[in-house]
Amino acid sequence: MVDVVIIGAGVIGAMTARQLCRNRLSVCVVERANDGAAGASRANSGIVHAGFDAKPGTLKARLNVAGSEKMEQIAGELGVPYKRNGSLVLGYDEKDKTILENLYRQGQENGVRRLELLDQEKLREIEPGVSRQAVCALHAPTGAIICPYELTIAALGNAMDHGAQFLRGFEVTGIRETEEAVVLEAADGRQVEARFVVNAAGTFADKIAQMLGDDSFSIHPRRGEYLLLDKECGGLVRHTLFRTPTEKGKGILVSPTVDGNLLLGPTAQEQEDRESVETTAAGLAQIISQSGSEAEGIPVRQVITSFAGLRAAGNTGDFIIRTWGKRTVHAAGIESPGLSASPAIAEYVAELLQGLGLELNSREDFNPRRKPAHWFRELSLEEKDAYIQEHPDYGKMVCRCESVSEGEILEAMRREPKALDVDSIKRRTRSGMGRCQGGFCSPRIVELLAREQGISLEQVTKSGKGSYLNIGKTKGGEQA
Amino acid sequence: MKREQIDLAIIGGGPAGLAAAVAAYDSGVRDLLVLERDSHSGGILQQCIHNGFGLHRFQKELTGPEYAWEYEKMAAERKIPIRCGSMVLNVSPDKVLTVVSPEGVTQIEAKAVIFAMGCRERSRGALNIPGSRPAGIFSAGTAQKYVNCMGYLPGKEVVILGSGDIGLIMARRMTLEGAKVKAVCELMPYSGGLARNIQQCLRDFDIPLKLSHTVTAIHGKDRLTGVTVSQVDEQRRPIPGTEEEISCDTLLLSVGLIPENELSKGAGIRLDPVTGGAVVDEKRQTSCPGVFACGNVLHVHDLVDFVSEEAALAGKSAAEYIGGETAEESPLELKPDGRIRYTVPQRIVGRQEDVKVYFRVDNIYKKVEIQVTCGDRVVLSRKKAVVTPGEMESLTLKKEQLADCQGEQIEFALKV
Repeated sequence: MVDVVIIGAGVIGAMTARQLCRNRLSVCVVERANDGAAGASRANSGIVHAGFDAKPGTLKARLNVAGSEKMEQIAGELGVPYKRNGSLVLGYDEKDKTILENLYRQGQENGVRRLELLDQEKLREIEPGVSRQAVCALHAPTGAIICPYELTIAALGNAMDHGAQFLRGFEVTGIRETEEAVVLEAADGRQVEARFVVNAAGTFADKIAQMLGDDSFSIHPRRGEYLLLDKECGGLVRHTLFRTPTEKGKGILVSPTVDGNLLLGPTAQEQEDRESVETTAAGLAQIISQSGSEAEGIPVRQVITSFAGLRAAGNTGDFIIRTWGKRTVHAAGIESPGLSASPAIAEYVAELLQGLGLELNSREDFNPRRKPAHWFRELSLEEKDAYIQEHPDYGKMVCRCESVSEGEILEAMRREPKALDVDSIKRRTRSGMGRCQGGFCSPRIVELLAREQGISLEQVTKSGKGSYLNIGKTKGGEQA
Repeated sequence: MKREQIDLAIIGGGPAGLAAAVAAYDSGVRDLLVLERDSHSGGILQQCIHNGFGLHRFQKELTGPEYAWEYEKMAAERKIPIRCGSMVLNVSPDKVLTVVSPEGVTQIEAKAVIFAMGCRERSRGALNIPGSRPAGIFSAGTAQKYVNCMGYLPGKEVVILGSGDIGLIMARRMTLEGAKVKAVCELMPYSGGLARNIQQCLRDFDIPLKLSHTVTAIHGKDRLTGVTVSQVDEQRRPIPGTEEEISCDTLLLSVGLIPENELSKGAGIRLDPVTGGAVVDEKRQTSCPGVFACGNVLHVHDLVDFVSEEAALAGKSAAEYIGGETAEESPLELKPDGRIRYTVPQRIVGRQEDVKVYFRVDNIYKKVEIQVTCGDRVVLSRKKAVVTPGEMESLTLKKEQLADCQGEQIEFALKV
């Protein structure tokens, strides 16, 4: 029996696991996919919002501002790319200007520091790449960008360094409660018994709640599509550019990413399906047309990929973070600004668990730091040279576009949480994320995955279950 | 960190790099080095196990590896060092190369550099095909690597988007391996591949070629289960109502090749937006003195034979540059009219030799006249029965004709 089982290895599950591992507790994270950050935590805007969007008094407002203030330190501890680039909400007319003034006041009430309203001249001065159509803006210097899947994987890894278990391919199909514990049952027959449960199951959080007998909330997945542009375009704007929000939401943003690409999106489309992340011709067209009025001259021909993510929006308008019964804490309905709020959500969940009777005795030996995933890339040429002399695998380049070596790929396969498929390697090392999108490097990565796990090539997958890449050997392949 | 000095560094050990090295050696360069990032030389030819290579260059029909072997032998006879497993990370404008290999990081200062890095395939992302992102979508060249070099078959029911040569070759290859190729879809009303490949790889195997069709949606969660194919109008927009679902577990993309010029950009070399390669003169010298480019990194060729020919020219030119020869006279800019999309070279700086100019057209035209003019004067005019975008054209400007060219530019026009 473990003290706490967390359902879902997205950013909320992973950050909560790390938070709980600060204490003398046994923690287990179960995840239906083959890796952490497999859902919304992989496909979102990667923005650490300053915190002016949410209505004062809501959990969203409180946890966003608190989380955002902690994020820089956590990113530093976990070695995750983070950049405080500031954000700008653009206004196009007098009506927008009024809305921006209201946002400014709301931000101040939420406790966001250093907000300022800009006229067109000042706006152009601090952001030369902004569209000429924009006449005013709200500037939030505390807005930042982060790599959301690296944060998730690093937080999970940091928890695992302190003894947390990570069970993949664990799709919860039933939950039983006994006098002393809750028992999770997986589709494949595995069971986990725990004193307490954290429901961080994303788009499935309401289904999990129903298994526990709680039907007080529902999740309504809202798909967001994105376009990612080549690194040549990352310098087009410095800030994250939003439009003045409408009832429909924050709209399409234009932002540099921490890796130097340019990100456009997301759209907002309600859907029934809790998993499907298809992009659509209409969605991609909408992104292109809207982003054009935020930044000047976006080179849409330089798109290297498109993708979509599902926001796990709840039916209350706010995050649904509360206890249920004697043994459960829900962390549900975590849509934007969930990533920004995640450090504070993790602390809040721990507090709620404490309220249910979980003892939090802090560990003196907790090490909040984790070796950065990209430590090798950060070295100077001299340092790289010296390291390669001792470790020649780091001089064997596998991914040309992002300059990723075999040594770095092997490290991603060996370090917890281990990368077991091609997409997991991509999220940890960036190999295959460049302009050729894995055309050259993926066969070599497939070979390395097969060798490392002692499996055959046709057993290697793109992203776990069923996503195999080869169906078998060729006619002469027996000898190959 | 090791530092080295060298007369000539050649980046890329594929057909272009090897031919450039051999030619540079034969023109007197002895202090030279080929840098290859793969574990073996030969470049993409290593996975091109079909025949059809070398008809022009060697007057015989070779497979890709055999063609590469011809040049590997020539390089070995001349004891030209080929450093495999070495990737060039950066080339500075003053020709210092930063190279990483299992031996460490090395900086090589070169008197001259030849870029022969080849090209890469355009990916799905660049096409923006909507839908899900399952396994089973490969660029044709990646599938070719799995099948021909690793002995694995990516799938059994295949749709191919794009009728570039690699896609056509893979249609045949997958069929021979027992897969069913259900269709090859081509956005344009004509194929971008060689006529001989359409015949030998599609028609001979009854594989349908759907011209003016594209893939408009991708289906499947874990592994591809099918694609939606639509007909397109003259503006290449999908026509509503023409959608057809084709079930398949594999989608191969053969939708264009992009010269791999990241190093050129880093070195500040001027690029041609049409070719995606460097702007070069007839010696294949780029805007950076002493830096030359040849092969598919310069512009995408149809046949490796022409890559070798161009590389030999670059190798010889690099040798002349190292020897101190510069023949800059008043430069002539070559201006294509649009129907002729581009020319290589884009400029001519000497008048002492004949210059062979390569070019591609933007559409299929019949009964045309290619006209080269300088000011009001027609320098050269040639009639052709048919020209197509899939086949590179060339013509030679005689040195006497060039000597007569006054002014700063000559125009290349296609009269229909």
